[in-house]
Amino acid sequence: MNGVLVVAEHLRGRVRDVTRELVSAGRDLGGPVEVAVIAKDPSSLADAVNVEGVDSILNVAVEQEEFENDVYQQAVEALVRERRPDVILLGFTVNSMGYGPALAAKLGLGFASDVFSLRREDGALVVERAFYGAKINAEIEFPGKSQVLLLLRPTAWPPAEGQGSASVSDFSVSIGESRARHVEFVEVAASTDVDITQVDFLLSVGRGIGDADAIRQFEGLAAKMGATLSVSRPIVDAGWMPASRQVGQSGKTVKPKVYLAFGISGAVQHLAGIKASGTIIAVNTDPDASIFTVAHYGAVVDLFDVAEELEKLF
Amino acid sequence: MRIVVAVKQVGALGDEVEFTDDERDVAPEYLEFALNEWDSYATEEALRIRERLGEGEVVVVTAGDEEAEQALRRCLAMGADRATRVWSDALAGADPITVARALAAPVRVEEPDLVLAGVQSSDSIQSATGTALAELLELPRVAVVTKVDYDHAARRATVHRELEGGLVDVVEVATPALLTIQTGINEPRYATLRAIKQAEQKEIQVVDPDDLGEPPDRVRRMFVPPRGEGAEMLDGSPAEIAQRIAEIVRESLKA
Repeated sequence: MNGVLVVAEHLRGRVRDVTRELVSAGRDLGGPVEVAVIAKDPSSLADAVNVEGVDSILNVAVEQEEFENDVYQQAVEALVRERRPDVILLGFTVNSMGYGPALAAKLGLGFASDVFSLRREDGALVVERAFYGAKINAEIEFPGKSQVLLLLRPTAWPPAEGQGSASVSDFSVSIGESRARHVEFVEVAASTDVDITQVDFLLSVGRGIGDADAIRQFEGLAAKMGATLSVSRPIVDAGWMPASRQVGQSGKTVKPKVYLAFGISGAVQHLAGIKASGTIIAVNTDPDASIFTVAHYGAVVDLFDVAEELEKLF
Repeated sequence: MRIVVAVKQVGALGDEVEFTDDERDVAPEYLEFALNEWDSYATEEALRIRERLGEGEVVVVTAGDEEAEQALRRCLAMGADRATRVWSDALAGADPITVARALAAPVRVEEPDLVLAGVQSSDSIQSATGTALAELLELPRVAVVTKVDYDHAARRATVHRELEGGLVDVVEVATPALLTIQTGINEPRYATLRAIKQAEQKEIQVVDPDDLGEPPDRVRRMFVPPRGEGAEMLDGSPAEIAQRIAEIVRESLKA
């Protein structure tokens, strides 16, 4: 095979959206697209990955129901050696971070992560990714590499839709020891707190608000405006608000009618979590904040001055 | 008991940016350098494990030029015992897998019980060095860890792996192992002035890297992403901006 191998990602018996996004990216590259499903009962998931654009599906049966680094690494290594794809696509996800770079190091593959654009130039792969707090973009090439493993940014491609007509076959692997074993899942963000994924209006604050006292001030403003207060990751890391209020990939993906952000510069993971919002308004003191690339309205101004003025209007 | 922490001195953009002549990186004079945020959490976690066990040593290792010694001294001031820096000019602007190859020898020689690294660096954002390093050291690894319960006697750790969407995967890992540490796992301590002064005096071991192999990629060029398709910017006084925001909010909520 000289084409694209997509490694399906699944959790608790469900294929994750990023898998169908990888299919779209693979199809953009011209395919053929082969999807590997590594699971205890891969055939139960094969339907969910049989979408338009998939040419073939490989069921890779392993003992483990859920993801484990060593299992995935050994299975994908076998696939890379035997199927000879020239591009291997994984999501830029916590699972892939656990084995993708390791496999690239072991096999001497070309490698890049958090890739949001890819193309071929005269047959050679060229991808784009960001550096320096996502304020700078770069074109990356892979001279001398016949196989390249990429971790693609979630939500950068639309998920492939529609019933596919892929051929399905088994791919057998023998897996050795798994040294880091899944024990159980725990919902940390679960609580009796308000569900920020279900409200129409989120007022969201980030590192730019400065200190814990400012949280109370914006909580007051949110109450006046009829909004629910949500936060970006650094606020939860600092212990100023519970994880149930965290927006972003490691927190909640939200879809309010209005997302009003104060002092959030816009880490990639945060932006992925707010993309589905109706109207995004961002207030920040940094004119180069990356949140302005996804916001519908923006203002470069002192957060507290605007907050004070807004209080008078509601 | 010995823990090695792999750390990085990262560059953050200031208000302006210019590129190097070959356009393959930001010119260093336009960057402000500091210890990578994730690595301060990793260092703190190593110190806490040492303190809990009441014995052991924390060694910090970096791949970087002389400038990167600042990051090591910050970790020493926090309480790390020793520091090693690996460097050759071939490492300038290196990708994470090449950096992992450079780090492998100085980490291996320490025969660590645990190796900690930050999940990612704020300037490269690859989330790759730690996992690649684990492979080169043939260590089990867990990426994106938000809690560590290390049982030194049993040679294992029970850790929380932070998945997307607020879900935690509890993982049991045999040690020696490498863990990549996520922000928020602890509250990194501030170094006292006295500790900072003492750290200035400490000797940092400098070593050459082993064979770095073929790099997995090459940056062709860096550029400022095109703007224009972004937000409609609201101008005016704070009062005028607030007025416009209020209108937009009310209008959008009706939709």
